[in-house]
Amino acid sequence: MQQPSKMNEEELVEYFRTQMRTDPDMASAVAAIRTLLEFLRRDKGETILGLRESLKWATDCLTEVDSSVAVSSGGELFLRFISLTSLEHQDLSRCKKVMEERGELFLEKISLSRTKVAKLCHTFIKDGAKILTHSSSRVVLRVLEKAAAEKKRFTVYVTESQPDTAGKQMADALRRINVPVTVVLDAAVGYVLEKVDLVIVGAEGVVESGGIINKIGTYQMAVCSKAHNKPFYVVAESFKFVRLYPLNQQDVPDRFKYKADTLRTVSDLSDEHPMIDYTPPSLITLLFTDLGVLTPSAVSDELIKLYL
Amino acid sequence: MNPIQHHFIGQCTCLSLSPASTVLPASAPVPVPVSGAPSHSSPAPSPADKPAKSRAEQKAERRARQEADRASKQQSCSSSSKTKAPPSELNPVVKRLPEHVQVDDPAVVKRLAKKLERQQIPLRSDYGYKVSLFSHLHQYSRKAPLTQQLSIPSTVIHPSIVRLGLQYSQGIVVGSNARSVALLHAFKQVIRDYTTPPNEELARDLVNKLKPYISFLNQCRPLSASMGNAIKYIKKEISNIPSHFKEEEAKTKLQTCIDRYINENVVLAAKAISKYAIEKINLTSVILSDRTWKKFRVIVVDSRPRLEGREALRRLVQRGISCTYVLISALSYILPEVSKVFLGAHALLANGYVMSRVGTSQIALVARTFNVPVLVCCETYKFCERVQTDSFVSNELDDPDDLMVTRKGKTQLENWHDVSSLGLLNLVYDVTPPDFVDLVITDLGMIPCTSVPVVLRVKNLEQ
Repeated sequence: MQQPSKMNEEELVEYFRTQMRTDPDMASAVAAIRTLLEFLRRDKGETILGLRESLKWATDCLTEVDSSVAVSSGGELFLRFISLTSLEHQDLSRCKKVMEERGELFLEKISLSRTKVAKLCHTFIKDGAKILTHSSSRVVLRVLEKAAAEKKRFTVYVTESQPDTAGKQMADALRRINVPVTVVLDAAVGYVLEKVDLVIVGAEGVVESGGIINKIGTYQMAVCSKAHNKPFYVVAESFKFVRLYPLNQQDVPDRFKYKADTLRTVSDLSDEHPMIDYTPPSLITLLFTDLGVLTPSAVSDELIKLYL
Repeated sequence: MNPIQHHFIGQCTCLSLSPASTVLPASAPVPVPVSGAPSHSSPAPSPADKPAKSRAEQKAERRARQEADRASKQQSCSSSSKTKAPPSELNPVVKRLPEHVQVDDPAVVKRLAKKLERQQIPLRSDYGYKVSLFSHLHQYSRKAPLTQQLSIPSTVIHPSIVRLGLQYSQGIVVGSNARSVALLHAFKQVIRDYTTPPNEELARDLVNKLKPYISFLNQCRPLSASMGNAIKYIKKEISNIPSHFKEEEAKTKLQTCIDRYINENVVLAAKAISKYAIEKINLTSVILSDRTWKKFRVIVVDSRPRLEGREALRRLVQRGISCTYVLISALSYILPEVSKVFLGAHALLANGYVMSRVGTSQIALVARTFNVPVLVCCETYKFCERVQTDSFVSNELDDPDDLMVTRKGKTQLENWHDVSSLGLLNLVYDVTPPDFVDLVITDLGMIPCTSVPVVLRVKNLEQ
């Protein structure tokens, strides 16, 4: 039987897109890692170094399709996880086999991460709570589903989240599980915060300082919660931890701020609206991850363990 | 010695604090808690200060009487202070904590005097009136170096160590990195000249030979955190020499160890730090058309009495970077123009506090109120296990005479000794809390200030 040939760029992108289409609930990072695993299986490289180079190249291709932080962080973590083994075997194919096995193990671990996060977080939602969330996050949805399954009664306020009005999708999903939900304007966050008990948001990336990168409007919400003394919780899987350290909004690299096609087509980015913003760790109360419930200063500890 | 070379590119205005700047490892040593202190009630003043000391002598005598009263009271209450020392020396398993500097505690002072007598090292006496908040620290005068009290030739202390001690006490070698590197070079010389006495093992004897040297250097100027870590490393390396090694083999091994330590922790670390630091400097709108980097400016903040910022200024200007030079009193005036603040550190403490040249915490505080990010650059070998929350408990008092200024031939404070209510305070370090620091750049990467214990843990695991 003929072995499937090495994946080139188009096949890579096509595979990635198929993964996203078949399971819309899957995080883009998970789809990227699935793609990278398939790429690894089909790779015809002769050396370990060559293999790492081609995996890096594949990750770069995928970041050009989907410029979210999670894709690049997921790719890097995947690479580190599989090469963390002692690759002492002389035989290249044996090494590859080990790497593939570890890759599958990694994939399995992260597929369960959302459930772990939901299990940790739902206990913080008390009966009768009013929750504020921002835009559409699948992890937050999972947490709220779990809390609803535990027979807790709560109401949710979702911001509309312009420019793509992703908040409406979140509201539809919540209505389907019979949770009372209200969609509010982005500008109404300060207005609604006095009624709210806690704020839960997802994250596209968690940075080294313990801050998060998320849909634009999150920073505003965090500042207002701090002013109202409401707890600001973040739910994120561990593959979203990324080795960035922004000091302020300006410090976030442009390749994350705008969508991939915007970066490709537009030359002068000063007219474009950024899609994400950075929330510093001083505004975040707790982070719920599959590694546990962390304070922002513990994120760096975990990152050092993951990356060093 | 080796400045951290930064090649700034980009459009931001960086504020660089002079003494602890990223360009120079100029921060001075941290006084690692030292057992005891010289008796500051010494009846014999240092030889160079005899004529001007009458007032000080009287004060010293008065204080000696007070100390004697206090001591007798203490002794009548409990005699536990004396018994504390022996058990810890007897029991090798118990880790002996270094005693804090306590110049105003006579028991501690006595213990130190005894220890120095055993090692045949002269005791250095304090100078001048000490502000009461800091009376537990030493205050030495540069006019009375310890070397004047040594006999020539000194049989106990190696000449390169004597020279090093003089360089420290006279301020010829300053800065955390410079002092550690000089120390290691001096130790290399010591090892080169060392011969194992008969019936002795190199590993144990050499460590014992180093102890009086370290006490001597400590008397010349309190040890810094980086020096402390370097000494710990050397002692460990020496005691790990296998017994079957011949003397020459052992000596060469130690020399290579020291060279490697210097290379990894000072030279390469500086390169790594500059690599990370460059990322933090905004690279947009770099104008290379006429080989000038237009939108880039460095403001160097300097402070008296050391004025170490001038050296940083000189080096930056030599590279063609447009600079502004201000004194620290003008800080709030220029901060609105600043996009980032770069500071150096003398040591990073285990609770995330940054110990650096006095004035650093002031800059961090004002920068925080203006919402300007504060970045600290520090090599990992300067991380220490100590915990400190204020600048009083453990600090260093420099020569108070440095504060005197001579203008147009007149020195206002010339007779400050005669004014009984006047004290001159020349603090060397201060401590900055981690809430004011946004980022620490180390050779291991960029970490938040609160992750210092994590790095310490990782480093201990490696060893």
